[in-house]
Amino acid sequence: MVDKKPLGRENALEVIDKLIHWSPGDLTEVVLRSDSTALTRFTKNYIHQNVAERDYTVTVRVIFGKKIGSVTTNFLHDDSLKEAVEDAAAIAKLQPPNEEFEGLPEPEPLPDVDCFVPETDSFSAKSRALAVKEVVEVAKERGFEASGAFSTGTMELAVGNSRGVRAYNVSTYAALSTVMMGADGSGYAEASGRDVREIRPGEVARIARDKCAMAQNPVSIAAGEYEVVLEPLAVAMLLSYLGRAGFSALAVREGRSFLTGRLGQKLFDEKFNMWDDGLDPRGFPIPFDLEGVPKRKVTLVENGVAKELVYDYNTAKKEGRKSTGHGGFRGWGPMPVNLFMGEGTATLEEMIRSTKRGILVTRFHYTNMAHPLKVLITGMTRDGTFLIEDGYITKAVKNFRFTESALRVFSTLDMIGRETVRVERTVVPAIRVPAFNFTGVTEF
Amino acid sequence: MKELTQKALDVLKELGASYGDIRIVETRTQTIRTKNGNVDALSSSRSKGFGIRALYDGAWGFSSSSTLTEDEVVKVAREAVEIAKASATVKRDKDVVLSPVKPVVSRWTSPVKIDPFSVKTEDKVALLLEADKLMADRKEVKVRIGSMACQREDKIFASTEGSYIEQTKVETGAGIEATAADRGELQRRSYPTSFGGNWATAGYEIVEKMKLLDHAERVSREAVELLSAKQCPSGVMDLIIDSSQLALQIHESCGHPIELDRVFGQEASFAGTSFLTTEKLGTFQYGSEEVTITADATLPGGLGSFGFDDEGVPAQRVTIVDKGIFKNYLTSRETAHELGQVSNGAMRADGWNRIPIIRMTNISLEPGDWTLDEMIKDTKDGILVATNKSWSIDDKRLNFQFGTEIAWEIKDGSLGAMLKNPTYTGITYEFWRSCDAIAGKDEWELWGLPNCGKGEPGQVAHVGHGASPARFRRVKVGVGKW
Repeated sequence: MVDKKPLGRENALEVIDKLIHWSPGDLTEVVLRSDSTALTRFTKNYIHQNVAERDYTVTVRVIFGKKIGSVTTNFLHDDSLKEAVEDAAAIAKLQPPNEEFEGLPEPEPLPDVDCFVPETDSFSAKSRALAVKEVVEVAKERGFEASGAFSTGTMELAVGNSRGVRAYNVSTYAALSTVMMGADGSGYAEASGRDVREIRPGEVARIARDKCAMAQNPVSIAAGEYEVVLEPLAVAMLLSYLGRAGFSALAVREGRSFLTGRLGQKLFDEKFNMWDDGLDPRGFPIPFDLEGVPKRKVTLVENGVAKELVYDYNTAKKEGRKSTGHGGFRGWGPMPVNLFMGEGTATLEEMIRSTKRGILVTRFHYTNMAHPLKVLITGMTRDGTFLIEDGYITKAVKNFRFTESALRVFSTLDMIGRETVRVERTVVPAIRVPAFNFTGVTEF
Repeated sequence: MKELTQKALDVLKELGASYGDIRIVETRTQTIRTKNGNVDALSSSRSKGFGIRALYDGAWGFSSSSTLTEDEVVKVAREAVEIAKASATVKRDKDVVLSPVKPVVSRWTSPVKIDPFSVKTEDKVALLLEADKLMADRKEVKVRIGSMACQREDKIFASTEGSYIEQTKVETGAGIEATAADRGELQRRSYPTSFGGNWATAGYEIVEKMKLLDHAERVSREAVELLSAKQCPSGVMDLIIDSSQLALQIHESCGHPIELDRVFGQEASFAGTSFLTTEKLGTFQYGSEEVTITADATLPGGLGSFGFDDEGVPAQRVTIVDKGIFKNYLTSRETAHELGQVSNGAMRADGWNRIPIIRMTNISLEPGDWTLDEMIKDTKDGILVATNKSWSIDDKRLNFQFGTEIAWEIKDGSLGAMLKNPTYTGITYEFWRSCDAIAGKDEWELWGLPNCGKGEPGQVAHVGHGASPARFRRVKVGVGKW
């Protein structure tokens, strides 16, 4: 952490060149990461944890035919790097060939994406403390207690292989989240981006504070099927499950995806559009994946029709396609990690006005997949759950457990928000769904 | 290394830190994963670095680096103090105070019969591929996975109070799973449990004991049988939970809510808080009289066992729930002081680059005097569930829902048809109060969970849970629309 200077393109690529030069393998791949990160955490209006870290990680894969050995180290000295290559070569030789292995990608021109913001890189512990102070002051105005985290970091990613791929990127990120708690209810808000200057702690705090104020004195109402208005944080969670469960070419090939044999079919509401775009600056852009392949925009759902899948080099080669730049997750296969959902025409207020008796959900908590083919997800609501009656929010309600299929949600939604919001790597609007299954209630 | 740790402590003292510590940690792991007859991953990794905690002006700072030189140690110590100073600008109304701990100079090594790093990699790969072959006979089985991993962690802890503790811990884990899919249904079976199998603070002897090959064919067969099994019914009925699923039930509904940092709101922004607020200590009826739960960091083989925690507090056995009554939290030096106690040694960090936070040790349900057979015979209408598939619980750890890989119906004291997609849900204390039978020592097993997430930035802890099968009366099962 102390020496915050990044490795830089030349040094990073020099490490990669050395490893490839030393490797005895038929093919060699190197992924290098450097991370310089810091995080200030607060609870009950004071800072209780405040941390910083600087680390390097180098993973070298040495390949003989279809035998692959992999070694990761955080030592960048030549002796350690040589040892890593030798160890990777040794363990590659200890195994039978992996018949599924299709090789490594060739170099391709990489898009020029600026992911580095100097102001984020140099953001100090003092600056984070000042931001936290601002959040805390807003909480105190109403007698609430703020908890949360403010993190900033700089990451370098360099990928190279013996076929000539050389990719380097340096990126920054910043994120602020806060839960504000009153006597018997809480509110939440967050903001993130590559540029720390885009995060306005006061604004984030005021959204959480207002939610918290509304969330006081919740009443318990029975679980059951309700109309719902899902705010972007809740939508982002459901969309991520849908993307991961369905749109990986490997999952489809292995029969683990609901899209196996159904690509090209209309599975969703025609207003529903979803794509993956690692280059769109509205998300967290990055020019290439962990195989050094350029990111390509992939249309996953168009007007309700499941259109395309994401590929890494291996799955693409098997189908005679090009990788879409979603590789590097090894046995898990390619994954969409920069999801976007198309906006609609409604305002949040219009969605609430259109609801006779329903629930407004701020966000979900501790979700899990109950059945991957049905994309059946369970989880809790959290930090602002409200009853809507005759088009108006009438009261806060105690949190629900839901057990619902994301396939059903996106095939039955009837209104989509006209504004999209970045929720970490996902960019989504709010939505309204006419029927959503809440299967339990908790005590708060 | 002693020169480096002493340098860090000297700098911290010079700069006026009221307390400080340094941990130097080196972790070495080997991971093997086979998939559908191929070696999907064979990798080793090594990570080394140090982290320094500083308490200055009553507030915490922490910094860390993977560059192990004297210059870097000095810089990182200084930065830890600078960060603590920034923390002090948004401080609590009272300073952090640490409950006392006796300084210790010691060395601890976990017991290992067969060093997993000494076993030939070819032999480990061959075992997993043999198990894979035994799962390969059925066309409906689309994905066969075998996994094995071992880890050695060498750690030095030194504090400004005079502790200097060296620890070496070796862990090993393995498991197999088969995923079957056909005509719109997908089902998975695992052995000995799901999500990477079972783990222990032990050597390769745990893998030998698993006898993976003896179970591979069954795992594959049951995955296929589940495809056409009856859907788990919806309703309120008696529930018998196998030992491995009960391990996760204990983890989520007892292990997390007894973490005193959660109770004090220190995880509020992320994982949440706890319903076990401090006025409940010593009086709250957490479960039925049958239920006694312990936290035991001294348990041989437990994945949550160690010699000393990351504040230099010796490993301990603590009764958490005594015949149904909530008796103790898991604590740190800071949180214990708030209750007028001393730490019971639950502070652990995920490597050199993370601060210690309160983590579970081995949280176990003590055995009862039933047998699983007796429980089944004594049950008129219920289901027996086994092997975790999904888990979810609210942010105060009250409303939970679990899915398991498999279940069997129980009618009039006999085990009946296999059931697919079993789920059950409840409110933590109501659920544990409904426990009326726990199997005895002979059916008690110790499970290692290598994937307990907590904290920001994220930390993954390795924890243990012991349990024997137990019965819970009138539980809501078969949740949601299938």
